[in-house]
Amino acid sequence: MKFDVVILGAGPAGLAAARAAGRRSASVALVDDNVTAGGQIWRGAPRIAVPAGVRFFPQTRVFDLRPGFTLLTESHGAMEASRLILATGARELFLPFPGWTAPGVFGAGGLQALVKSGLPVAGKRVMVAGSGPLLLAVAAALRTAGARVVGIAEQAPLGRIVPFLAKYPAKLPQAFALRARLVGVPYWTGTWPVRFAEGMVTLSGGRTVSVDYLACGFGLVPNTEAAQLLGCRLDDGFVAVDSRQETSVAGVYCAGEPTGIGGLDKALEDGERAGAAATGQAVNPSRGAFVRDLAAAFHLDPRLFDLAEPSTVVCRCEDVSCAALRPYREWREAKLMTRCGMGPCQGRICGPITNCLLGWSAESVRRPLVPVAAEILLKDVFEP
Amino acid sequence: MTPSPDVMIVGAGIVGAACAYELARAGARVEVIDSGLPGGGATAAGMGHLVVLDDNEAELTLTKYSVGLWHSLAKELPAAAEFWGCGTVWVAADEVEMAGARAKLSVYRQHGLAAELLDERQLYEAEPNLRAGLAGGLLVNGDAMVYAPVATRFLLEQSKAKVTRAAVTSLDDLKAGAVVCATGAMAPALVPGLRVRPRKGYLAITDRYPGFARHPLVELGYLQSAHGDSNESVAFNVQPRPTGQLLIGSSRQYEDATASLLEPMLERAFAYMPGLRACSVIRTWTGFRASTPDKLPMIGRLRDRVYLATGHEGLGVTTSLGTAKILAALILGYAPPIPAWPYRVERFDG
Ligand SMILES: Cc1cc2nc3c(=O)[nH]c(=O)nc-3n(C[C@H](O)[C@H](O)[C@H](O)COP(=O)(O)OP(=O)(O)OC[C@H]3O[C@@H](n4cnc5c(N)ncnc54)[C@H](O)[C@@H]3O)c2cc1C
Ligand SMILES: Cc1cc2nc3c(=O)[nH]c(=O)nc-3n(C[C@H](O)[C@H](O)[C@H](O)COP(=O)(O)OP(=O)(O)OC[C@H]3O[C@@H](n4cnc5c(N)ncnc54)[C@H](O)[C@@H]3O)c2cc1C
Repeated sequence: MKFDVVILGAGPAGLAAARAAGRRSASVALVDDNVTAGGQIWRGAPRIAVPAGVRFFPQTRVFDLRPGFTLLTESHGAMEASRLILATGARELFLPFPGWTAPGVFGAGGLQALVKSGLPVAGKRVMVAGSGPLLLAVAAALRTAGARVVGIAEQAPLGRIVPFLAKYPAKLPQAFALRARLVGVPYWTGTWPVRFAEGMVTLSGGRTVSVDYLACGFGLVPNTEAAQLLGCRLDDGFVAVDSRQETSVAGVYCAGEPTGIGGLDKALEDGERAGAAATGQAVNPSRGAFVRDLAAAFHLDPRLFDLAEPSTVVCRCEDVSCAALRPYREWREAKLMTRCGMGPCQGRICGPITNCLLGWSAESVRRPLVPVAAEILLKDVFEP
Repeated sequence: MTPSPDVMIVGAGIVGAACAYELARAGARVEVIDSGLPGGGATAAGMGHLVVLDDNEAELTLTKYSVGLWHSLAKELPAAAEFWGCGTVWVAADEVEMAGARAKLSVYRQHGLAAELLDERQLYEAEPNLRAGLAGGLLVNGDAMVYAPVATRFLLEQSKAKVTRAAVTSLDDLKAGAVVCATGAMAPALVPGLRVRPRKGYLAITDRYPGFARHPLVELGYLQSAHGDSNESVAFNVQPRPTGQLLIGSSRQYEDATASLLEPMLERAFAYMPGLRACSVIRTWTGFRASTPDKLPMIGRLRDRVYLATGHEGLGVTTSLGTAKILAALILGYAPPIPAWPYRVERFDG
């Protein structure tokens, strides 16, 4: 099966790209591993519909991409594209502190997703901790689901958040709307969890709070692996794109979080540009500075990188502790010697952690992009 | 200025590391240079199966001697080297291969190696996930497994050799009593015209399935794949890691072949272990073996003070320790523990 444009990822960026590409081309496909379109933020309830005329392939995991371009999917075999738009979003950043792997501790977005898919939280005491606007969104969603949000610990100091909001008044209604849904919930700035044990969170500064769940998200890590497999150049960890969202590989465009963490509006603008550019339409230039300002406002306090104790686990898949990594100077050396990053997540979680704690950068990506049944690796026929 | 070492070893893979270890134990002052991470070349890409092979007398002698050395070293290895005396199960698909297994058994027994013939039932008892209808197999008890990157680091640490990270461009420029080129498949870059060709192999690793396979499993046709010169070949070769992960091999192709052998290799594996189809693969990769025309390593003097230790094909983890014993003897001038002439460098000259 062959398309003019295949869009990987049906979050806001991918949906905006589909809308833009669909205006010009009758041969556009949108692929996503979830049951419905919407990505992380609109999970299940997208505010942009999949445009008529665009073929949508839900529950379709792409595990390999080849030049030219061929996408290998788990459920449908191979798919070909003249141009490719990568809108693969981001994942959460975890940071290790004593207790971070204990039952009851979740990723913030992860817990939100679990709640959307039915985990009951009514009456549960939940603390949301970490950094960034996502914490408010998660806390609001948890409260709507009936949780007792006992507090939000934001590591960034208020002195950085206020000027940021002042610079982007357009974001204020959103922020106030979220805050309005969180009346009575303490918002501790310049504060982070330092320990979790037996239902008790200890915060920096000494406060202890008893909780059923602790939801942590220290920011977002771009999903650049698909772009890396195709050989797209990265710039400081993000996929490098030109003013038309085209990557260093001609015909491959990238939109949304992989090109810079900027949230919904940026994802929508990127997607529009990528969809237009990939189908030869005129493109509006990007507005730019927000991504940088967001990163600066919620820049992580280096003290967060010292919370792990020697015995604290860094690589959950292979059970590698902080102390086990200390003798090594770089990611690949540590990986070879300790097997850190060699498990099923292939360093997606511990790679960014060692980047924060030790300044390492994880090595190149190998196929498959996601774990797949061995027999799937043999399939190269598209079965619609 | 520090005095130049007795021996400078270029290449810190398992072979260079073993040479450093052995030479240092014999009293030489040793230094090591590698352009990358110690153990980060073919040594990081391979499977670490310590296996006796009997394609020919020279191979059998070197592998048997080396596997014995690994057993002696085992007690000293750190736990992370995951030494595991698991044996090997050679799988016979039909009666013809079963006859091959019997022949192999008698060769191994003649050489004092413990091995047991498995009939069809015993094969399934040993490995319940093999497909039905196989004829039987041969369990070679003394074979083992090691996690080679950690073993490499251990050998280097034990040697106390200084390890420098630098790319060597000329062996003759190095100041030392003797220089050892142990750069694996990259040796021809330093020794133009050397009869070593990179031979690519694919590997896939799965998530954890404890107990799915209990021994390294190799089809009896493996030697055909390893020793034949066909441009592309695959053979069933599955190895369990102590964690329950499964390494799936093996394939061979010379550097000019471009087809992906991952798929044929997996198909071959499924033909023997159908349950592998459903196992989740988390990573695939390739590595290069250093292949000589007769598939035996080159161990010995190249010219003047320059020595070679390369060409270990698919057996370099196994034969590293034996290689080091031979090379140390040749450099330091005592009698090698096993005859060195089958591995001499000049055997392809003229
Ligand atoms: C866990 C989490 C929760 C979040 N919750 C909120 C929130 O509540 N409110 C908020 O404002 N922001 C939230 N964000 C931020 C939000 O993701 C971004 O602001 C915005 O949605 C980014 O849009 P996107 O299109 O770039 O990426 P995404 O929305 O992440 O979309 C990417 C899509 O690509 C799919 N995909 C990626 N790789 C593959 C593959 N190999 N095969 C098939 N499909 C693939 C993903 O499954 C996903 O559906 C959250 C982020 C994360 C990581
Ligand atoms: C897929 C596969 C599976 C295998 N399975 C097994 C198995 O089960 N059992 C077994 O015994 N063997 C196995 N092998 C073979 C084994 O891995 C190799 O024979 C062995 O690792 C070779 O070690 P080496 O030290 O010679 O080479 P390498 O490990 O490649 O080391 C060479 C070193 O030299 C360095 N170098 C190269 N050029 C220069 C230069 N110019 N300057 C400085 N440094 C340089 C490199 O950086 C490298 O570190 C397998 C191999 C492959 C590819």
